[in-house]
Amino acid sequence: MSAQTEVGNHARAHARWHWSEVAFWFVVMCCALLFPSRYLIMTDIVRLALFALSLDLILGYAGIVSLGHAAFFGVGAYSAGLMALHGLITEPLLALVLAGLVAMTLGFATSFLVIRGADLTRLMVTLGIALLLEALAERFSNITGGTDGLQGIEMQPILGLFAFDMFGRVGFFYCLAVLFLLFLLARRIVHSPFGLSLRAIRNNPLRAAAIGIPVNRRLVAIYTIAAFYAGISGALFTQSTALASLDVFSFERSADLMLVVVIGGTGYLYGGLIGALVFRMLQEVFSTITPQYWQFWIGLVLVVIVLLGRQRMHRWVLWGPNLVIRQLAGRKAIVAVPESDVP
Amino acid sequence: MTTLFTILFDGVAYGMLLFVLACGLAVTLGLMNFVNLAHGAFAMAGGYICAVLVNQYGWPFFAGLPLAFVASALIGAVLERSLYRHLYNRSHLDQVLFSVGLVFMSVAAVDYIMGSSRIFIKIPEALEGQIDFFGVGIGRYRLMIIVICGLLTAVLQLILARTRFGSRLRAAVDDPRAASGLGINVPQVFAFTFAFGCGLAGLGGALSAEILGLDPYFPLKFMIYFLIVVTVGGSSSITGPFLASLLLGIGDVAGKYYVPKLGPFVIYTIMIVILIWRPNGLFGRTAAR
Repeated sequence: MSAQTEVGNHARAHARWHWSEVAFWFVVMCCALLFPSRYLIMTDIVRLALFALSLDLILGYAGIVSLGHAAFFGVGAYSAGLMALHGLITEPLLALVLAGLVAMTLGFATSFLVIRGADLTRLMVTLGIALLLEALAERFSNITGGTDGLQGIEMQPILGLFAFDMFGRVGFFYCLAVLFLLFLLARRIVHSPFGLSLRAIRNNPLRAAAIGIPVNRRLVAIYTIAAFYAGISGALFTQSTALASLDVFSFERSADLMLVVVIGGTGYLYGGLIGALVFRMLQEVFSTITPQYWQFWIGLVLVVIVLLGRQRMHRWVLWGPNLVIRQLAGRKAIVAVPESDVP
Repeated sequence: MTTLFTILFDGVAYGMLLFVLACGLAVTLGLMNFVNLAHGAFAMAGGYICAVLVNQYGWPFFAGLPLAFVASALIGAVLERSLYRHLYNRSHLDQVLFSVGLVFMSVAAVDYIMGSSRIFIKIPEALEGQIDFFGVGIGRYRLMIIVICGLLTAVLQLILARTRFGSRLRAAVDDPRAASGLGINVPQVFAFTFAFGCGLAGLGGALSAEILGLDPYFPLKFMIYFLIVVTVGGSSSITGPFLASLLLGIGDVAGKYYVPKLGPFVIYTIMIVILIWRPNGLFGRTAAR
């Protein structure tokens, strides 16, 4: 009895909002107000952050390695685009939720394929599903617009009040608001008993099953939720850029996303957000040095991160930020998180 | 009927080519359990080296091929000793990240050095055109590919089954600890095998420039094909990947001929179905580690 209450208290202490988390969001809001000329790139970062949050939910919390997360991003992007283009649902917010639900359905359907098999099979199946969707989108180019993409998407004002402007101001605050709401939801999820059981599964599926956690059902659930998140982020992409083309499904998108999550650190929600920021900054720097070949440097960063060892790198590079992160996660986040590396 | 034979022939040539390209991966991924998504980069290296030698320095095509093999094998050996070997015991996620990083680097580097357009390798005139064989048009180049790849497969099978090195490799793969206990230098065996696989990929890359096309995005475009060969073929022997490549080759050519609109859709669906049905591949068993 006493052990149980102790665990409960411990979990509740972790779930409580820490002052540094408040500070984090305060800084984000300050950035939003301080750099009015940078709305476009900041919108990009926010979208990427949401996408990364989605991957972190399955990779960091449930330990599912996915190489095809762009599948859900793409489905969300195309659903939102098609709905807006054909005037089915013109209200952006409603369209956003619907696009998320479409991606979620796909996530639910494919989750049964993904939870079968070990890491390697999962990699292949997720990659295969993304490629399959890309091939489908190319095949039905009369619907998807093929490589040219959907053209002439016009977005209606959000809630009939806020029209998207050309400086991306409304788009940015819209994305930020969505990110914040979904972040709150994700935070609730990972601190719930459900989230704790996911971590148990990641650390040792066999033991988790032995203490009565329905492993497969939990994995299906989190995979479906992550698909919803990815779908929303794809829909945000379409809505804020009025664009959707075949590259939403591309392998590079999934691979870049892995890098984002790895840079930020897996297994705590802020990892995706910080990773998105750092990744976009790196990309900016690299593309100013060598415009066409920034991919080379991204690749180099990946190789170096892996060779140094992700955990060691995080200890070195982030010893300063880690102080903050430790506060955010309420623990020694990056160092203490085992990357499901249990051999 | 003749079109059927032509499709079959082209499919077999394509499949054989895929086998040569991917059999190195069959060893690293299937046997050593290392997820090396960068395998295509070695193939691309071989292809470009051959292209430069033949097109710019006027080497004969048949002198370029072995050099493509040697050069890729060397690159593979260097990378294995310097980078890959540190990652054998890491998680799959690390291996994926690492090899994806390598792919990105190779794509951008080749794009920078050679330009982004597709390149061709000048093939000797004797290999151009077709032979008419009982009404079935047989491409000479494809015939040569079948001959070369068929010979290579036979040699590989012999090496694995009959030589001392082959038995060492099989022992090292089956149980690395017991093998090293018996005095087999396991890291050396792995390094040599890895380099050999890269060499084969390089040779395949040089051969495939004519059929698959060679541009900086080669490693990305064909990554999934190599992975299909290995995962579907399984890793118990060399026969599994071989049959899988033939299936894939014939299936892809036939699919493109009969249902061109579906494109690669058929292949991906088949792969997913097979992986769901038998996660260890059609002819497979679980990897040793």
